[in-house]
Parts: sequence; structure tokens; C-alpha cells
Amino acid sequence: MSTLSAGSLLAQLLTGLADASSLFVVAAGLTLIFGVTRIVNFAHGSLYMLGAYIAYSATHAFRGGVGFWGAVVVAALATGLFGAAIERLLLKRLYGAPELLQLMATFGVVLIVRDATLSLWGAEDLLGPRAPGLKGAIEVMGRAIPAYDFFLLALGPVVLLALWLVLARTRFGMLVRAATENRVVAGALGVDERALFTAVFALGATLAGLAGALQLPREPANLGMDLGIIAEAFVVTVVGGLGSIPGAFIAALVIGLTKALCVALGTVAIGSFEIAFPKLTLVAEFVVMAIVLSVRPQGFLGAPPAMAPTTAVPDQRRLIVPPGQRALLGAAIALLLAALLPLISDEYTLVLATDVLVFALFASSLQFLMGTGGMASFGHAAYFGLGAYAAAIAVKAGWPMLGALAASPVIALVGALVFGWFCVRLSGVYLAMLTLAFAQIVWSIVFQWNDVTGGSNGLVGVWPAAALAAKPAYYWFALGCAGLALVALGWLGQSAFGYSLRGTRDSPLRAEAIGIDVRATQWRAFAFAGAFAGFAGGLYAFSKGSIAPETLALPRSVDALVMVLLGGLNALAGPLLGAAAFTWLQDTLARATEYWRAGVGVVILVLAIAFPMGIGGAVHRLLATWRR
Amino acid sequence: MAAISAPVLRVTRLVKAFGGVDAVRDVSFTVDAGELVALIGPNGAGKTTCFNLLNGQMRPDAGTIELSGMRIDGLPARVIARRGVARTFQVAATFASMTVRENVQVALLARAGAQGSIALRAPAAFGAEADALLARVGMIKLGNEGCATLAYGDAKRVELAVAIAAAPRLLLMDEPTAGMSPRSRTRLMEVAASLAKKERIAALFTEHDMDMVFGFADRIIVLDRGQIIADGAPAEIRANAQVRAVYLGEEEPLSTDGTNTSKKMY
Ligand SMILES: Nc1ncnc2c1ncn2[C@@H]1O[C@H](COP(=O)(O)OP(=O)(O)OP(=O)(O)O)[C@@H](O)[C@H]1O
Ligand SMILES: [Mg+2]
Repeated sequence: MSTLSAGSLLAQLLTGLADASSLFVVAAGLTLIFGVTRIVNFAHGSLYMLGAYIAYSATHAFRGGVGFWGAVVVAALATGLFGAAIERLLLKRLYGAPELLQLMATFGVVLIVRDATLSLWGAEDLLGPRAPGLKGAIEVMGRAIPAYDFFLLALGPVVLLALWLVLARTRFGMLVRAATENRVVAGALGVDERALFTAVFALGATLAGLAGALQLPREPANLGMDLGIIAEAFVVTVVGGLGSIPGAFIAALVIGLTKALCVALGTVAIGSFEIAFPKLTLVAEFVVMAIVLSVRPQGFLGAPPAMAPTTAVPDQRRLIVPPGQRALLGAAIALLLAALLPLISDEYTLVLATDVLVFALFASSLQFLMGTGGMASFGHAAYFGLGAYAAAIAVKAGWPMLGALAASPVIALVGALVFGWFCVRLSGVYLAMLTLAFAQIVWSIVFQWNDVTGGSNGLVGVWPAAALAAKPAYYWFALGCAGLALVALGWLGQSAFGYSLRGTRDSPLRAEAIGIDVRATQWRAFAFAGAFAGFAGGLYAFSKGSIAPETLALPRSVDALVMVLLGGLNALAGPLLGAAAFTWLQDTLARATEYWRAGVGVVILVLAIAFPMGIGGAVHRLLATWRR
Repeated sequence: MAAISAPVLRVTRLVKAFGGVDAVRDVSFTVDAGELVALIGPNGAGKTTCFNLLNGQMRPDAGTIELSGMRIDGLPARVIARRGVARTFQVAATFASMTVRENVQVALLARAGAQGSIALRAPAAFGAEADALLARVGMIKLGNEGCATLAYGDAKRVELAVAIAAAPRLLLMDEPTAGMSPRSRTRLMEVAASLAKKERIAALFTEHDMDMVFGFADRIIVLDRGQIIADGAPAEIRANAQVRAVYLGEEEPLSTDGTNTSKKMY
């Protein structure tokens, strides 16, 4: 147990506030962009990362006195320009699209920027300079605090003040406020929306670039900066209330202080329990978010969520026809062909085919949640990962394979019940953000809990029973398991419960008026979706023989979303098509180029812009016109 | 106590305000079994808000609501629905991704308490019962049609079938005939009236078409700016000077000669 001295507490608080301050600058841009354009910009973290890299190159370009500070200005402005370009070329095509597609598209940008950065600057971390004039440390109550931290400390309030002045005193600011508060009014004022949106995006991007550049003296420029900061910035904007800059400021403070407190507390013994508070810093912000949102769904200063139900897809109102005999026949034939595959293919193809089966189940479970249930999840990998880790840990503890595999849906179900209880209280973007937060919590725990999960190394030697060790044998096993699970999911969608769930999606008002408990129904759906995802995770663990934290990281959640949207949200066979297409695409790209992520990013963008209904939806449309 | 003699619906001193707007002010009335009562008043009088309070979609600020002598105010909408209160909405609320028949089937499943069942296959449940209800509201031919593509009047008919699928004690209909031709209106109101009479349902409806109101209602309650200004038989209402004053300037809506049907219909 550590003693909490006033000096160390103060030191932690100051560092915490410096972090909070730069986090606020990032989040302010994010919330500004959301307020005006209603786009949740996943690529905001990428802009932050770009700012750091550009500043690195710029400091090397102009040496001498102005070096670093000049580089910061150049980096911020260049990032702002880049942001404006993204908006002009890409996002302006997505303003009318469902929010889920927008979120996806900006994630496509994340992937592309990441690989572009990789090719321009390389994979090595790039150590930046120290800020001229602020290299020393200042002693506060016996502790040395870097002078640069004091500079950052002041930055947040200065940016807040500057933004406030711009918003309160300028014509641009008036337009931004009008657009944030009321789209219709803004239109009536004769605002040239396109110019306003581009300007706001540029401003937001400049702020992100500024924060990234200013981070350089504290942290080397690295490829993990994008997703590292975006999760935190999301939390800050959502906790503060989407669209509210002062809200973001308060949220950043609360989160910064909470983290500082965790570090300062150290390991505390309560009775025979030992709580290592410093380890909680990774999850602290997400816990804060879960608590705030369950008490106040719109965050500190956000406007109450609009009553209009948010739709995740353009064809949400389309009539869904239950599968007829022809569909069942088609499924039987597909199953038969799939069963014959090991007779004609090599091991490599079989491994790939096993992946397709696992991901088809994973994507189907997400489709059940998103398509049938209308709840968009950005953290579905949490349940996949819980299942995978449950199976792996059980096998390591000496359980037989089948027992361990059976544990995977159970543990994922428990996780989904706990997280789902909070999630179903929200809807739309807020729901998506909360699922993301929970996924980050699970990821942090898995990443840090070395003794049980193997930490960043993960667990190895998770092999199936001897009888299933051969690739064809495991493929058939996976085919049987995934096939049965898919049938079960299909049945669930056709059951009275499935129809009630779709009812809560179509019209919560009507559902409640005929006696359906909307929240309880959604909660159950969340639990089911989690359990099926967990089962897919269990199958995945045994097929790979090892698992690492990437199994449940954010990109895996996005993979599942891409598969679902690729296949079409309402097409029954959509996730299967989507999983097959995505797995094939990823494999082909990964073998062809080091920059396969960018390739996936391009596919996401094309999909979001050109095929918002997915392959399944496009085929459906084609068939419909062809039959006429 | 004397629950047997209690009216199906008794509303006592109901109050609801939105910010500065007093939408419902001190409203008290009763509806008996087998009675078809019209709740009328100009736009914004508080009719829909009354319905929202009655079915639990909103909580009253003050006042009580009793269903057959049992307090239901403050209960959630789904619980009130299970106690026997069904409603239609002013802007028809149906399940858009389902067919007309499936909409009614889901309502029947919910009535049977099977809305959460994972053992029942929904498209195969209560098909015959659903068809019977659809026949009753004249929608049998459109049973396989998707609800998202229905004409407005048809969507309102589906809503009525969904509402009566619950076999309610109290039926609330918010502008049930909006968007229909005059002939369909009459037919729909005949269905509503026969429901009230044959099945002893207490039925309350709002309506802007005065032909329907005076042609079918057993009793009329007139709301103005959240307050009841008259409650009585159609003949009394027609003679009421205050009611005339409220409606004055609105094309003499209390005449029954059919010239007023062009009023706001949504
Ligand atoms: N959810 C709400 N929030 C704020 N004000 C509301 C809300 N619902 C109704 N009101 C207000 O309450 C008053 C009564 O509205 P209500 O919809 O009950 O009238 P109505 O009699 O049904 O009118 P109409 O004939 O146009 O349907 C109106 O002033 C309306 O603006
Ligand atoms: Mg109304």
C-alpha cells in the first residue's frame, strides 16, 4: 500500500490536467464537426496523428529558433487543409446517408491514412524535438513537473476561450451555432451549407493537427496514435454531450482528474482485497462514460436525443419476407457444396474457408442485433473476444475442448447481459459509442491482465481435441457448429421474439402500445447476439491455436460491420456473402501488398457511397427490376 | 369497493403541462362500457395529449386515471396495454417491415403473452384470427401487402385491427378516419360503433369530421385549450353556446350538412 503524499497527488493532478487539456483540443474539433455536419468523424484521430508526423518532418526542415513552433503552426494548417480536402472529396457525398454508413466511411479514411503514413514515414516511432524554451522542469512541492506540461495546461482554456470568442462574436460563429442548434433555421438564414461545412471541417481538423503536433515533445510520432486518441476523444465528446464544446471541456477535465486520481492512489488494500488503481487508468474514462450515460443519456451539456428513431439503414422500411422453400433449398445445396470442399481443396483454402464460417456466424450475430434489432454496435468484437478468451483460458485450465467451447457463448452471454443493460437505454450514435466504450474496456482488461490472459502476447497452444486436429476435420466441425448456429439465429428471427424485436425497431411506440416491453426485448436480443458472437469466437480460437488482444480490438468490430454492410443489412444471406467476400478480399490484398488496410479502406468507401444497401441489397434490387 | 359499478374509464382532475403550455387542465370525465364517446376540440386543444396520458405514454402532472376502478396512472404504457387499453395514433404507427397480416399477428401474440416466445414461429401463429380481424376492418385483401407502402387511410385501418386484436376494455382512436373517402369513413365508424355495442368496449375517439362525430357518438366531450367546456349528448352539444363560440370562425363546424369536411385532416 502506498501512502498518498500531497506532493505526488499534485504532480499527478498536473500531468492529468495537461493530458486533459490536449485531449480537449482534439475533442473540441470532433464535437464542432458533429454539431454542424452530424457526422461522427472516426478519422479525427488520424488527423491528430498526421499533425504529429507533419510537425516531425517540418521541425527537421526548418532548423533554428522558430523550428519547433513554426513546425507546429505548419502542421496544424496542413492538417486543416487535408481535412477540408477529405470533406470536399468524400464526406459531402455522405451527408444524407444513415449515420452508420458515415461512421463506416470515416473509418475507411482511417485505414487509408494509416497506410499512407506508413508508406511516407515508415513503421518506426519518430522521436520529436523538445519544445525550445520549455525544456526544463519546474519544481512544485518537491516534485519536478516538466515546464511543457504547464504550457499544455494553459492550452485547453486558451482554445476554449478562442472558440468561444469565434462562436460568440463572428458571423461564422453565428452560422455555426445556428446550424448546430437547428438545421432548418440555418437553411432559412440562407447559409451556404457547403461552404460552412467545409470551413467547420477545416477548423476541426486544424485543432486535431495542432494537438497532434503539440504532443510530439511528449510522445514519439507513431502509427498507434490514431485509434489511441479517437477512442478517448469519442468518450470526451459523448460524455460532454455531442456538439457541445464547453461540455467537452468539462468531460475532459473530469476524465483527466479521474485518471490522475487512479495513478495517485496506487495500490490500495481494502481488507484482503488489493486494488491496483494505476491499472484502471486505461478503463477509467470508459467507466466514467458508462456511468454518465446511464444517468444522463445525452451527456453533460448535450441536447436531449431527438424523438425520431434513428435508422441504421436506408431500407429499414422495406418489407422483409420470411425465407420460402426456394431459399431453404438453396441453403441446403450451399451446405452440401460446403461439405464437399475438403475433397477438392488444399489446406490453405480450407483455413480460409474456416475463417469464412467463423466470420459468417460472427457477422450474422451482428446482423441480428443491427438489422433485426435496429441497434448499431461498434464494439461487437468484445463478445467475439470474450468467447475466444473463455475457450482458450478454459483449455489452458485443463478443460476438455468441447467443454471449453461450450463456455465461450456462456461467458459472452454474461458480458452482453451486463453491457447490454446499459446499452439498450440509448439509441443511435450514443448506443454505438457506448458499445465501443465497453469493447475498449474489455480490450484494456485483456491487455493488462497478464496472469490470466497473457497480456499483449495472448495465449498460445489452444488446439482442438486430437480427433479434430487435422484441417479437414476441424473444417467439418466448424461447418457443423456454424451451420447449426446460423439455423438457430435464422429461427430466432422468425420466432415471435424475433418479430417483436423487429417491431421495437420499426415502431417502439406501437410495440409498447400493444404490450411489448421494448427495453427488455432489446436487452434479450443483445444477450443473444453476444452469445452467438462468443460462440464464433470460441470456434476461432481453436482454429487458430492462439489468440491475442487483437481478437477483440476495434478493427475487428469494424470488420464485422463491413461484412454486414457488404452483404446488406436486411438480406438473410447477407452476412454469409459479406464474410466470404471480405475474407477473400483481405487475404488477396494482404498477399499482394503491404498496404492491404488501405485497400480495405477503399472498399469501405466505395461501399458506403455507391452501394449503401450492400451486395445483398443490390442483388435484391437487380432481381426485383429483372422480374418486372 | 364497488368495482362492478365503476365505469370502465374514470378520469379525475387530470393535468399535463409542457413547459409553459398547459396542454391538459383539470380534466375529469368517465366512459362506460358500450359507450362510444367523441373527444373534440380545435387543433392543439389537448386531445392527443389526453390519449397519451390515458395509455401511459406520458405521465400526468396531477390527477388520477382509473380503469374499472383500478388506478393506472403512472404505470408504463406496456402495462396499461396489458390491462386492456388499446389505441391508435394520430400518425399511424405500424411495423413498416412487416405485412398487414403480420402486424395483426404480432398484436395477437402479444395479447396471448407470447411476444417473447422463441419456440413459436410468428408467421404461422394466429393466421386465421388475424384474417378475421382484417376482414372486420375491410383490409383482408391487402393482408400480404407491406405496411410501409399502404395508403394513409389503409394504414389507419390496420392500426384499428391491431388495436382490437388486444380485445381491449378501453379503445382509444386518434382521428381514425383521417385520410379516407367519406364513404370509407362512415363504414369505419360503423365498425367502431358495432364494436362498442356488441363487445361492450368503452370507446373514445377524436375526430375533426363533425358528420362522424354527430352521426356516431353517444356522447361528446369538448376540449378547448386543455379544459373541458362541454360534456353531453350530441343534441346538447349542438345547442351549447360556448361550444359554438369556440368553433366560430372555423366554418361553422357544428352544422351537419357536410360542408365542413375539408377541415384539417391529419
Ligand atoms: N410532446 C410535446 N411537447 C411539447 N408540447 C406538446 C407535446 N405534445 C403536445 N404539445 C402541445 O400541447 C398542446 C396540445 O396538443 P395536442 O397534440 O394534445 O392537441 P390536439 O388536440 O391533439 O390537436 P390536433 O387536433 O392538432 O391533433 C399543443 O399546444 C401542443 O403544441
Ligand atoms: Mg391530436
